[in-house]
Amino acid sequence: MKRGPAFYAQLGFTLFVCAFLIAPVILSILAGVTVNYQSGVQSGFTLRWVYAVWDGYRDTIFLSIGISLACLAGTLILGIPAAYALAKRQNAFSRALEELLVMPVAVPGLATALALIVTYGGVGGFRTSWVFILVGHILFTLPFMVRSVLAVLSAIDLKTLEEGAASLGATFWQRFFHVVLPNCRGGILAGSLMVVTLSMGEFNMTWLLHTPLTKTLPVGLADAYASLRLEIGSAYTLVFFLMIVPLLVALQWLGQARPTKFVAEDE
Amino acid sequence: MNRDGHRLTLLLLPAGIFFGAFFLLPLAQLFHIGLTGKEGWGAYTAILTDRNYFSSLLSTLGLAAITTVVTLMVSGLAGVFLQRNRFPGNGALVAMLTFPLAFPGVVIGFMVIMLAGRQGLIGDISRFLTGDKIVFAYSMAGLFMGYVYFSIPRTILTVMAAAEKLDPKLEEAARSLGASTWHVVVDVIIPGLKPAFISAGAICFATAMGAFGTAFTLATRINVLPMVIYTEFTLEANIAMAAALSFVLGAVTWVVLAVARTAAGSTVAAAG
Repeated sequence: MKRGPAFYAQLGFTLFVCAFLIAPVILSILAGVTVNYQSGVQSGFTLRWVYAVWDGYRDTIFLSIGISLACLAGTLILGIPAAYALAKRQNAFSRALEELLVMPVAVPGLATALALIVTYGGVGGFRTSWVFILVGHILFTLPFMVRSVLAVLSAIDLKTLEEGAASLGATFWQRFFHVVLPNCRGGILAGSLMVVTLSMGEFNMTWLLHTPLTKTLPVGLADAYASLRLEIGSAYTLVFFLMIVPLLVALQWLGQARPTKFVAEDE
Repeated sequence: MNRDGHRLTLLLLPAGIFFGAFFLLPLAQLFHIGLTGKEGWGAYTAILTDRNYFSSLLSTLGLAAITTVVTLMVSGLAGVFLQRNRFPGNGALVAMLTFPLAFPGVVIGFMVIMLAGRQGLIGDISRFLTGDKIVFAYSMAGLFMGYVYFSIPRTILTVMAAAEKLDPKLEEAARSLGASTWHVVVDVIIPGLKPAFISAGAICFATAMGAFGTAFTLATRINVLPMVIYTEFTLEANIAMAAALSFVLGAVTWVVLAVARTAAGSTVAAAG
């Protein structure tokens, strides 16, 4: 294939876009381990800022991990059965429900959070507990689990598999647990990674849903950016990267193994 | 088989109940609260009649529109290029372009500060080149940069997937009939990518309309709707107005996505 000037112009442009996305990530990682970012890396490297984050914001890290795992459990319990039912029943009702399930992703998080507050804000114990945040996260991540599982279920020949099992005498629940579930493992795994990653980073809703005692990692980040020096904000961001990068790498690896996209996928 | 039907309904029930209790009911309540202010129904029309709200609606729409156009151009160019040309490092570039997909808005805001803030890279480079330190992170320009930043990873995969399905024979045919590169791009490639552009563009637009974290990190003074809603709710304690405004904002984004879905003929979902 010939590689003319047009090729190199486009390559240059693409590299520039990559630099635009990646340079600030690298800069912020550097700033998080630099003694004084203003005077540059010559001032030496230190883990002081990372320790400061650990001391001040440890709780937010654990709360975020806890909420994202609880959110995963919630989306598995609610999402997989729903996806199966949606895959089996293609009528106006299931179409409408599928449409509805995607709404919390389309409607801005701020609006959803306000709606939850004006409805349940008065329920004292609920409002102040981390479960309040969890509810928001499940609303927001459920569509991703449902779509991910649904994508696998529509790709396999569910009908033949189930008829085979049924003709051998398998009951409805036996088919669900022993035929359907094992077959959508890939979709469940991909959906799970997406749910945990999104829950870990959710801010738009969480900022309104949180209380001083239920601060998640992104809420802590906003705090640190607003009030602390750049190095601590950077170190905190570094901690966040360390937590989500393994998830993102796993997602990309899965995405390459199967040509499914999670953001916008055609049916 | 009818019993299976009941069982399927049973399987849908938990998600349905959760959804009804924590989404539909609250949204209805939000709508109702919007009516309880001293303006009554006026809260819903205030977005058009009140000069301040209307100007922030316009700037939010404008910002979202420009973000969408610029992002589609960037993602279109880079996406088609990466799909068409296989070279060593191609996969790494795709990975880099999709990497920030899961960054929350606050982190994106911080990335903008790292680039264009008071201690940012752009300021350092411009000071080195011209002696002037360029700082624009804490303004509408910074917000725009942040929105393009988080929109690229959200659109590039859609564009690449569509580019993969383009039939190279169409381009060859156009070329053999004497079309210039420009004409091939305008008359063959762009029409072929149109559905992808519509669905990816709708995601961009909707996300940019509702994004809150980035603006929150950069400055509270930026006049976009999510910031206005937040200010009404927390500082002014005008809950009725905040409810009405966020209901309208939610409705606008939802309509944009619904229209785009009909136009593109595929399911569209925003993320983040």
